[in-house]
Amino acid sequence: MEKKSRKTNFIEGLHDGFPICLGYFAVSFAIGIQAAGIGMTSFQAAMLSLLNVTSAGQFAGIEVIAAGGSLLEMAGVQFIINLRYMLMSTALSQKVDPSLETRHRLGIAYGVTDEIFGISILREGILSPWFSYGAIFIAVAGWVAGTFFGALAGSVLPQRLIYALGIALYGMFIAIIVPPAREEKSILIGVLSAMAASTILSYAPAVRNLSSGTRVILVTLVISAVCAWIWPVQEEGGTKK
Amino acid sequence: MRTYSVWVYMILMAVITYLIRALPLTLIRKEIKNPFLKSFIYYLPYVTLAAMTFPAILHATANTVSAACGFFAAVILAYFRKSLIIVAAGACITVFLVELLPIL
Repeated sequence: MEKKSRKTNFIEGLHDGFPICLGYFAVSFAIGIQAAGIGMTSFQAAMLSLLNVTSAGQFAGIEVIAAGGSLLEMAGVQFIINLRYMLMSTALSQKVDPSLETRHRLGIAYGVTDEIFGISILREGILSPWFSYGAIFIAVAGWVAGTFFGALAGSVLPQRLIYALGIALYGMFIAIIVPPAREEKSILIGVLSAMAASTILSYAPAVRNLSSGTRVILVTLVISAVCAWIWPVQEEGGTKK
Repeated sequence: MRTYSVWVYMILMAVITYLIRALPLTLIRKEIKNPFLKSFIYYLPYVTLAAMTFPAILHATANTVSAACGFFAAVILAYFRKSLIIVAAGACITVFLVELLPIL
């Protein structure tokens, strides 16, 4: 396989990250409104997004701040809600060059989010950190800008538009999972089971109070394990089509 | 009443979140050979994105009907292998149009 230059990888990252940037802008706008609502300044809201880059984690974190919760509670909430990033980071450790330097590993770790992970893990062959930097750069720009403007002027934008934009990120998830599910029956069954299990956990008595982060972790661990047990991946060498 | 400055909370959040993201990437340097683990990691992204999408997508817009329409629009576009941005935009436009309908 020919090796792409850093610049090519970076530009491809910018390109693939652009829809994420738009989706992030819409979602983080809501976070900005929420942050301003508890008395944070636009600058603090933007810094919150720059430092964390995690929608569910920030939503929950703002609630803890508003309630004046303990630091232990904050740490626990962040750990549970963001634990799925540990799974994604593990998967990415298998996607990068095994000899990749620590500084690049620390660099791309900053941008392990659901969406950036989604486009990174499906890259063909080995993941170049420069692709990740391109995607992270443009996506985080949208994330921080959205939060800033949300905190500054959240009430100005028509609600109808904010709602319509709210589905953008989910649309991207669907664009990532449907084509491979169409090709491989095991992925299709895994995806449908995950949606069914997640729905049951969201509405069933006793378990519906689980945080969304905990729900996603439980479903991911169990369904991925069952799929791996029933349909082990055969390929040698680790590259998948 | 807030006990700590907002900045203390924010920095704690950032440190925990970053450690979660950085530890596996920096500590796991070899190719995982175990067939079960390899398969587990193969299915993980699809399963986790599916679990995050549904049923949460149904509450992402003003009402469940427009969200469901957006969901189906996205699935159909993705089935025909349209790009990320087309699928995302198609879902947004569908939601916007459905919410304009007077019956909702």
